[in-house]
Amino acid sequence: MTRQKVLVLYLANSALDSPVIAWAVYDGTGATRPMAGDNDDPPYRTGADALRDGWRLFQASQILPHPRGEEFDLAYLKYEFFFEQLVESVA
Amino acid sequence: MSEQPVLLDSLQMARFVARGFLRFDGVVPDEINRQFLAEVGEAAEPEPGRKVMRAFGELLGQAEIPEVAAGVPLAAAYRQGSAIRRLLDLPLVKGAIQSLVGADPVFDHHFLHVTFPPAYYEAGGGENVSQHTHQDSTVDPSKGFDLQVMYYPHKVTREMGGTRFVPGTHLRKVSEVALGRYQNIRGQQHMVCEAGTLLFLHNGLWHGGGVNHGERTRTMFKIRMNPREPQVRRWDMTTLPAEPNPRPIFYVKSPQPETVESILMTPEPWFEQDTGRLEFVNRIKLWRHLSGDPGYDADHWMSRLENPARA
Repeated sequence: MTRQKVLVLYLANSALDSPVIAWAVYDGTGATRPMAGDNDDPPYRTGADALRDGWRLFQASQILPHPRGEEFDLAYLKYEFFFEQLVESVA
Repeated sequence: MSEQPVLLDSLQMARFVARGFLRFDGVVPDEINRQFLAEVGEAAEPEPGRKVMRAFGELLGQAEIPEVAAGVPLAAAYRQGSAIRRLLDLPLVKGAIQSLVGADPVFDHHFLHVTFPPAYYEAGGGENVSQHTHQDSTVDPSKGFDLQVMYYPHKVTREMGGTRFVPGTHLRKVSEVALGRYQNIRGQQHMVCEAGTLLFLHNGLWHGGGVNHGERTRTMFKIRMNPREPQVRRWDMTTLPAEPNPRPIFYVKSPQPETVESILMTPEPWFEQDTGRLEFVNRIKLWRHLSGDPGYDADHWMSRLENPARA
């Protein structure tokens, strides 16, 4: 049966070929159990490197204007890209 | 009678403002570490069918750590002679607290964080995983900050996990574990340390407990405290230069000396290319607040943005 693996990359700017600054992996096959703090080295140098390795991009964050008066406020990471792989899995 | 507090100097304060933490390795004497661990006691051995949370609950119940009402003076929270009272009276600890939240802070809460090794999960079930990254304790738009002191009474190896934290994240206004999706962030650190190590954290700093793959429980004691008075000019002001140190920016040919400005303008590996500049702006704003100097600037960021000629 087919299961989904998800890779989330946070990049240094809105370009897909900019460097990875943060990342997460979720494995629907159950073969691995990624978790917070499990790796200090990014899986790819850039988002484009993930594409070249077979990951399919299915969502990218929007580039939004800065509300007046809140131009300096920072919260969550801005440049979020969701990728998937569909993997054959043994039940 | 306790010794005089050793206040932080201006470079240490700048590091706290820029990175949201100060780390002091092995500064708590072994005698206090041993006393604290004796006051906490040992967790019961793993037992088939007994859940980890039950073992944890029993440990919390037996530990000689007082229940303390939120809002009392920190000075009244721990009995004289207890390990934590002795720790708080160390000149370095007293001085760091005084520098960051004043000499008479308010006790907010404390907690005994214990992570259990795999044997407890094998016996009692449940999944042995790390804690999601979060900040404490809710979205916080205030100018100042609360201080969290994390105390590591025994040696922590990488295999035991350690507290994970991300330097420089403290000025982002996020809501607790809303950022749990970020599993790993470039520049994250893990508290692998000797016994008696202390970590002083800005309450906004992103952090989480690491998974314990070791042989023994890992113990960390955290105390949160609030300032009672504005956090203005509380550190060793004799170390603050009379004037900021203007320096060349962007086109720089030679190494720059370490100054308050160089520390405030040092990026973190996870900085986004555009918002990294806003991090610098927010560090300057926090330095203005703490130094009581509303006109302070570093590397011309605020002078450019606040130029009255183009208002």
